[in-house]
Amino acid sequence: MSINEKQDQIIDDFSLFDDWMQKYDYIIDLGKKLPIIEQEYKTEDYQIKGCQSRVWLRAYEQDGKVFFKADSDAVITRGIIALLIEVLSGQKADDIANSDLYFIDRIGLKEHLSPTRSNGLTSMIKHMKYYGLGLKKKLENHE
Amino acid sequence: MKVATGKKAGFDCRPVESAREDFPILKTEMNGHPLVFLDSAASSQKPQAVIEAINTYYTTQNANVHRGVYTLSQQATDLFEESRLAVARFINAPSEKEVIFVRGATEGINLVAQSYGRAFLNAGDEIVLSELEHHSNIVPWQILAEEKNLSLKIIPVREDGSLDMDAYKKLLSSKTALVTVNHISNALGTINPVEEITKLAKECGAAVLIDGAQASIHGSIDVASLGADFYVFSGHKMLGPTGIGVLWGREDILEAMPPWQGGGEMIQSVSFEKTTYNELPFKFEAGTPHIEGVVGLKKAIDYLSQFDPADIIHWERKLLNHCTAKLTAIPGLRIIGTTQNKTSVVSFLVEGTHPYDLGIILDKLGIAVRTGHHCTQPLMEKYGIPGTVRASMALYNNKEDIDRLAEGVEKARNMLV
Repeated sequence: MSINEKQDQIIDDFSLFDDWMQKYDYIIDLGKKLPIIEQEYKTEDYQIKGCQSRVWLRAYEQDGKVFFKADSDAVITRGIIALLIEVLSGQKADDIANSDLYFIDRIGLKEHLSPTRSNGLTSMIKHMKYYGLGLKKKLENHE
Repeated sequence: MKVATGKKAGFDCRPVESAREDFPILKTEMNGHPLVFLDSAASSQKPQAVIEAINTYYTTQNANVHRGVYTLSQQATDLFEESRLAVARFINAPSEKEVIFVRGATEGINLVAQSYGRAFLNAGDEIVLSELEHHSNIVPWQILAEEKNLSLKIIPVREDGSLDMDAYKKLLSSKTALVTVNHISNALGTINPVEEITKLAKECGAAVLIDGAQASIHGSIDVASLGADFYVFSGHKMLGPTGIGVLWGREDILEAMPPWQGGGEMIQSVSFEKTTYNELPFKFEAGTPHIEGVVGLKKAIDYLSQFDPADIIHWERKLLNHCTAKLTAIPGLRIIGTTQNKTSVVSFLVEGTHPYDLGIILDKLGIAVRTGHHCTQPLMEKYGIPGTVRASMALYNNKEDIDRLAEGVEKARNMLV
């Protein structure tokens, strides 16, 4: 599935929820299910600092695609990370770098990306795109 | 409900329970729920009287102060200087010349560090401050220490959130040049024994600055009997506007201090050869001041003065006790800062949840609390926690607010754990 197909799928899933509680129950559930990042990557080097919650992000390349693993100490942040990974992990570098993550607004989670929340998510998306951009450059140089 | 009526100087005071009605924002909603505002330690809400004073100022009273010969400017100047007098009375300062208007407590501390500190502290001197301090009362001293080769000595906090006074006594020596602590901790609500801290510092000949940012809303401040050299606080934390605050300093020390910022207002005469400075308090007030802030601050003081400070403290104590009892009943909830001598602040953690997650769910329920490290990272480090959820109450809160908070925390816990 392409990035946008995945986003549309998530928007579809979220349209089933009647109220914020169901939505957050789902996000919390996703957060709890997100595979825990290996301890060796839970270091300062992989940490994206937020004032409120901390985020760890690791990217690796396989067959020209970028894969992400991430974690947070706050479960709601983890849930949103799970959604971002669902959309972006395993996609082509170019597609990640150029992605427009419209699903966040459409499912009503835009508030979590406001700088005042300072939860590390805004930086995380920026980093994910940088990894995409970085890998794209690397592949171009190999051509 | 029993209505307590205080007596102050022979006059009947308004019952504190009636204050809530005066705060229009408390009638609004957040996320579809009536707003429960429990973040007054970050910034308090404003009564209608303060909002109106700012509106009236710009509608009919606005002109630059201390300059114009015309009536409007004279009236604005009178309003401005009446506020200085009101502040002096509010904190029992011997003279209004000792009241310097600044942007807030943070600027007041920076002024003292940059003016007094640069002029009177010398290499090898020690500054004593506490683990409870806000970053605002740490960083200005670190900047000064680096510049002048001073060292910082830290008074440790005990498990219950109170300062270790024995350790404090051991830190004091002939090298101690300045002692600074907050009157009340913003993160935990601990009320520090500032009289005793000041007395001991004075025995060593050290200067004393008290950060009163969290204290001014809770009632009486008496700088004359406290015996410190400097006291700072912010208007927005005591029902007044943002961007205005007060540095109180002892007149003889302020006189001896060099100006900090240069500009208009703070000068007597300027030539390219030599500039002479204005007298107190104007020496430290460069540039056109925050006039409507000063006007609003006076209204906030007038507003607070309708109540007996003892009634405010009594009401907040009731809220604190109710909040402590309600929250303690929630399984897995731990309060950080349990000393008896504290104000209406409850900082807590719930086992298995992160403060951020709790804050998000409470927000959805219309409850405004603070989450995070509260600009006190060294303190959080001491307790080995990433931060807390902090509910801070003011005179306009009521028991229903606390009940809504407790219900909200229960609900959040059920969702998160």
